[in-house]
Amino acid sequence: MNRFLAPLGIFATMVVLLAVGLTLNPREIPSPFIGKPAPEFSLAELDEKAAPITPEAFRGEVWIMNVWASWCVACQQEHPLLMEMADRNLIKLVGLNYKDKRNDAKKWLQRHGDPYGHIAFDESGDVGIDYGVYGVPETFVIDQDGIVQLKHIGPLTPDDLRDTILPLILTLTGGQS
Amino acid sequence: MCKSIITAFLLTISIPFFTLAHGQQEIFEFGTPEQEAIYQTMIKELRCLVCQNQNLADSNAGLAQDLRRKTHEMVVEGKSQGEIAKYMVDRYGEFVLYRPTVSKSTFILWFSPFILLALLIFLSYHFIRKARRRDELFGTPSDEYDEDQLVRVKSLMQDKE
Repeated sequence: MNRFLAPLGIFATMVVLLAVGLTLNPREIPSPFIGKPAPEFSLAELDEKAAPITPEAFRGEVWIMNVWASWCVACQQEHPLLMEMADRNLIKLVGLNYKDKRNDAKKWLQRHGDPYGHIAFDESGDVGIDYGVYGVPETFVIDQDGIVQLKHIGPLTPDDLRDTILPLILTLTGGQS
Repeated sequence: MCKSIITAFLLTISIPFFTLAHGQQEIFEFGTPEQEAIYQTMIKELRCLVCQNQNLADSNAGLAQDLRRKTHEMVVEGKSQGEIAKYMVDRYGEFVLYRPTVSKSTFILWFSPFILLALLIFLSYHFIRKARRRDELFGTPSDEYDEDQLVRVKSLMQDKE
């Protein structure tokens, strides 16, 4: 009996390890930014009208920075959700238009709607590098002190919003939003 | 028949040339050969995060191009390999390095092979010793029944009781 127990145990352990491995998402790399200050930048607005955008300007409020581009297909997937957040005025939404062309981005917003209060135009992608962006869309939640609280990779789903993002915002704002 | 074989052969040996042409990358200029050497080392050591099993040198993804440009910028500014690695790790985490630094979170990654090896040596040592002791007591196993052995077993069992 004993001689079968050891191989069986090893087999069971391997099954468990492999099963856990299958459920993990290799695209989700832990971000080194969580709990650290959001990197500074100064970028022109997409429409070039207002003064340059800096994260410093949003000190004192909780805000979301959403990295998007007109060439990004997955961005269309999460877009209705962002539009709904904007309609309900849930939180300040700032867009980071990543490695895009001004006209393409503007046309895209005309077609799909513009949920953003501000849009920083990062043509070269340098700010993207500073935020460790490696796939669009990405979403950062930044608190009143300018600390990155959450980084979400890939399109937001209603579940992400309900289970992670909204509760986090509520905790950060202390229930008033 | 012979012709088609030759054609197939020629096509096969030309495959490396096609891929070479495909992998051609932007051309950077460096101040010194040392800088170029640092650049070449770094783009082999850094992982492309979009196509996770390629390094920056092999990848043609947009992000890999940007990170190569960034690496080149830093090399020309005179940054060391360590400084460039730190820049990337600060932004993309340890995952960006093919050989992550030893820390609490990468401890298992670095040392589990040695721990496993030690465990296996320990287990096999015990297993062999147990088998040897069994052989000493009962002699090496044989197909034939030996009356003497049976008697010895009986007496041993009685001793235990």
